[in-house]
Amino acid sequence: MKGNSLYLDGVSVVFDGFRALNNLSLIVEPGEMRAVIGPNGAGKTTMMDVITGKTRPTAGTVRFGDHDLTRMDEASIANLGIGRKFQKPTVFDALTVFENLELALKAPRGTLAALHWRLGTEAHEKIDETLSEIGLTAGAQDLAGILSHGQRQWLEIGMLLMQDPQLLLVDEPVAGMTDQETEHTAALLRRIAGTRSVVVVEHDLEFVRALGRKVTVLHEGTVLSEGPIDQVQGDPRVIEVYLGR
Amino acid sequence: MAPRRRPYTTAALGAALLLLALVPVLNGLPDTHALHVSDFIVSIVGKWICYAILALAIDIAWGYAGILSLGHGAFFALGGYAMGMHLMRRIGDRGVYGHPVLPDFMVFLGYPELPWYWLGFDNFPFAMAMALLVPGALAGLVGWLAFRSRITGVYFSIITQAMTYALMLAFFRNDMGFGGNNGFTDFKDLLGVPLNTRAARAGLFYAALVSLALCLLICAYVVKSKLGRVLVAVRDAESRVRFLGYNVTSYKLFVFVLSAMISGLAGALYVPLVGIINPGEFSPGNSIEAVIWVAVGGRGTLGGALLGAFSVNAVKTWLTSFAPDFWPFVLGGLFVAVTLFLPKGLVGLLRRRGG
Ligand SMILES: Nc1ncnc2c1ncn2[C@@H]1O[C@H](COP(=O)(O)OP(=O)(O)OP(=O)(O)O)[C@@H](O)[C@H]1O
Ligand SMILES: [Mg+2]
Repeated sequence: MKGNSLYLDGVSVVFDGFRALNNLSLIVEPGEMRAVIGPNGAGKTTMMDVITGKTRPTAGTVRFGDHDLTRMDEASIANLGIGRKFQKPTVFDALTVFENLELALKAPRGTLAALHWRLGTEAHEKIDETLSEIGLTAGAQDLAGILSHGQRQWLEIGMLLMQDPQLLLVDEPVAGMTDQETEHTAALLRRIAGTRSVVVVEHDLEFVRALGRKVTVLHEGTVLSEGPIDQVQGDPRVIEVYLGR
Repeated sequence: MAPRRRPYTTAALGAALLLLALVPVLNGLPDTHALHVSDFIVSIVGKWICYAILALAIDIAWGYAGILSLGHGAFFALGGYAMGMHLMRRIGDRGVYGHPVLPDFMVFLGYPELPWYWLGFDNFPFAMAMALLVPGALAGLVGWLAFRSRITGVYFSIITQAMTYALMLAFFRNDMGFGGNNGFTDFKDLLGVPLNTRAARAGLFYAALVSLALCLLICAYVVKSKLGRVLVAVRDAESRVRFLGYNVTSYKLFVFVLSAMISGLAGALYVPLVGIINPGEFSPGNSIEAVIWVAVGGRGTLGGALLGAFSVNAVKTWLTSFAPDFWPFVLGGLFVAVTLFLPKGLVGLLRRRGG
């Protein structure tokens, strides 16, 4: 299956005169994993907001294959196969871990389909598989509200897996995690990547290094530098605005 | 997968419904019998059952999906008016003016003929269908406009209050063709059974009870389905649900329309029991009061909605028998107390006690 590429060209987002994104251009090929780094306020989260339909760009083109994402709402974009993990992990506290994954599971999204939905063995196995991958098998019937911060991050990654997206947008997946958890998460993301495209936003450079893929540096809403991590770390402009501090 | 099943709740609900079913039976006992209950009790408990249906309707929208409507009294009243129109048309030529077709108030106001929107209401199935469809259509329209524009929370509540208030003013007008501020009353019979007889009261009581049981089953099916879990997710993190690919607007519309239709049914069952419907049923306070029942009982659990409707109304009936002026303060105080001390309502209290 040939996937779609993500294509951003000349994208700007202006909030009350403040340019959160400034003529940003970026291409992510099908199956590519891309790390995006940049100082606080560089526009990383805003970039994801634009791709997922949360924020409409003031100018520019955002396409996924043939689809013009600037004209679609959040749900339709998600149904194109674009999944997102939020910077602040957001899971459904009043539902169990299992139910959170069940809601995310790729299945017809209509109201009547949901009303008559029965969990088949295949779906059950898929959820069980994901539960063990994210290390939450034992807590499957716990309410998501009682999970620790790290577990919430993993549950949200698990929900992404259940959606079986073509493109994953992952915003700071290891914030607040221990070194060991960080390593586990990097392995998980590398494995998930496989045939999908992944965009990972991270501050943690060790984590980015562990991913070992092409890096894009954002600064003031625009691309400052792009390339392998060593090259980017050696770029004087990057050192000045980001790494040097 | 039913991780949080509570077998006792189902058993308790079943037992409560069976116990209620005894009320008309005891009413049929001779007056001298120790267990005899009066006609008044049958009517009043029948009314509470209708209120309980309304509470269920509010709970599936508010408790599960987070849609706080302060206008559900309007859906209830519209269902009541649909039934009232049927009862008026069944009076036939037995009215004071003895007109073969026109209800008394129309003769009095000089209507030359029946307005078009009264056509069909002499037919019982048609009137019942309208009792469900008119509230459903209104909820569909208001919900579609609001949810599509992502109007939530208190803004939505205010819109629904305005809706019921506007309807109240409209129904007060004589030229609306709904009897103005007098509404409808002096009903004669329903399905051939003269109202105000013991048999009719028992029949209406059981109709309400069976409807309550059916609504309970329907609501339980909905909230236990995946759709119900999507609604809970919408309640707690609406925008997150969108990023999973769910069309939140259609989910909210589904539950809001269903809720309005159940409210309409409750109103239709209520009117022949109390024998009157007038624009006062649209008053904004009614909708707020119904929301308080649910808050007191415990929103987000179907049993809580029922418990709240019965307990608050029992207290109200008792209190208003000797100190009616006092009731608004008790109601307000109850709401504040529950919000502050019992966020999960009486059900939460029982669960804590139950361990
Ligand atoms: N809705 C909004 N309204 C106004 N300003 C906003 C809004 N969203 C983001 N911004 C501003 O846009 C800029 C970019 O924010 P963004 O969240 O994209 O940064 P980021 O790169 O994700 O930062 P961080 O590393 O802290 O997560 C920030 O200065 C932020 O204050
Ligand atoms: Mg961010």
